[in-house]
Amino acid sequence: MPHTAPVQDWATDFDVLDPRYVSDPFSIWDDLRQTCPIAHTDRRKSSWLPTRYDDITDIAHDIAHFSSLKVAVIPGDEDDDPNANFDGPNLEYGLPPISADPPLHTWTRRLLLPWFSHTRVDSYVPLTRELCRGLLDQFADAGHADAAADYAQQIPVRVIARILGVSTDLSDTFTGWVRDVLEFADDPERRQRGAEGLLNYFLAQLEDRRQHPGDDLLSELLTTEVDGQPVDDGIVLGMAALVLIAGVDTTWSAIGSSLWHLAAHPDDRKRLAAEPELMATAVEELLRAYAPVTMAREVTEDIEYHGCPMKAGDKVLMNFPAANRDPEAFDQPDEVQLDRAHNRHVAFGSGIHRCAGSNLARMELQVALEEWMARIPEFELAEGQEITWAGGQVRGPRILPVVFP
Amino acid sequence: MKIRVDSEKCQGHARCYGLAPEIFDVDDYGQASVLLDEIPPELQEKARLAVANCPEYAIEIISE
Repeated sequence: MPHTAPVQDWATDFDVLDPRYVSDPFSIWDDLRQTCPIAHTDRRKSSWLPTRYDDITDIAHDIAHFSSLKVAVIPGDEDDDPNANFDGPNLEYGLPPISADPPLHTWTRRLLLPWFSHTRVDSYVPLTRELCRGLLDQFADAGHADAAADYAQQIPVRVIARILGVSTDLSDTFTGWVRDVLEFADDPERRQRGAEGLLNYFLAQLEDRRQHPGDDLLSELLTTEVDGQPVDDGIVLGMAALVLIAGVDTTWSAIGSSLWHLAAHPDDRKRLAAEPELMATAVEELLRAYAPVTMAREVTEDIEYHGCPMKAGDKVLMNFPAANRDPEAFDQPDEVQLDRAHNRHVAFGSGIHRCAGSNLARMELQVALEEWMARIPEFELAEGQEITWAGGQVRGPRILPVVFP
Repeated sequence: MKIRVDSEKCQGHARCYGLAPEIFDVDDYGQASVLLDEIPPELQEKARLAVANCPEYAIEIISE
């Protein structure tokens, strides 16, 4: 069973799944930055947690010492053996390019990037807008909604399904698998169930595309040649699974956290309603303040990093959300300033693993907020109703009851 | 004003393009480039903003 004893000492025994960390990691990071900016834990596996912007971006760029072969924040069976106890399709290459180092990273990333270029993403705007409006139609007159489950959760999965060329009818199933893999990673059975569901589904889809190719990402991956050779099936499968896993929980969490912020901070909500031209800057600021994603790296050889004796095989949690709250890098970091002019946030990471879908995520967040604010400019948290947050690899609200006139 | 993007540092965050599409383009692979040899006075503030928002410190002002 997972180690769930409450954390007493965050510097030497941190736990990103501790309820306090999930609900308010910000004060923990502030304390650590002052006292022990790279924390350590032996829970689950020896892992390090940097909290300073400069350390996190520095580690992200040092791919020789910090490999991306194992990026799960919560260690799983794949930390020992990628196919251990996994009675399903093999993923000997993991989920490239996110769980790859060069050279595999380089060419798999080049295959994906054009699907998420800003010109391609512009072409997904109309369907995203239509989708948001359809969701709002379902509850705008009701006076209340779960902004996470009824809205945020419903958007990215459908856009990604369209890009992959898979049925949006299965959106809830996809969401379930992705949550099993990312949010319930501490439950081995659930994690495996999600992974199996997802991989078996994509295996069948790849067979189908071989027979009936379309103009979707899966079909293109199957027909692409690299250096005169078709792409290995295991790599295609990993890339397909990655696009779904990376494109669902993450953006949904960013949309949900942004709506939570606006519901809980009436001054910001009113300002954004009155000054819609602030939206693009506000989106970057909300991404900074509520960056949802923490990735992991694996130490490749024993090194002393800023006084920390890191051993080969240790995890380093790439705490991009904490980097974004570092007062050395941002003025008044714990304050959301919707017009923040200088904002080198790293919500999408830093270095060669910069989120390949960042243009898409940014567009989805902006369109989701624009459409919500246009239809429901006045809303607030529903008094007395519980809000729940997911944490670990991806942080964001999962139940977010709001009320509106 | 002249500016340049260091293609070794640029990782395709596209913040420059988002802030100043008149000045920057980003290709299908995320690589940013500067569209203008000389940044006219009315765009210089935007150019400075792009410099200050690049997470990779990839944009530099060569001459004011």
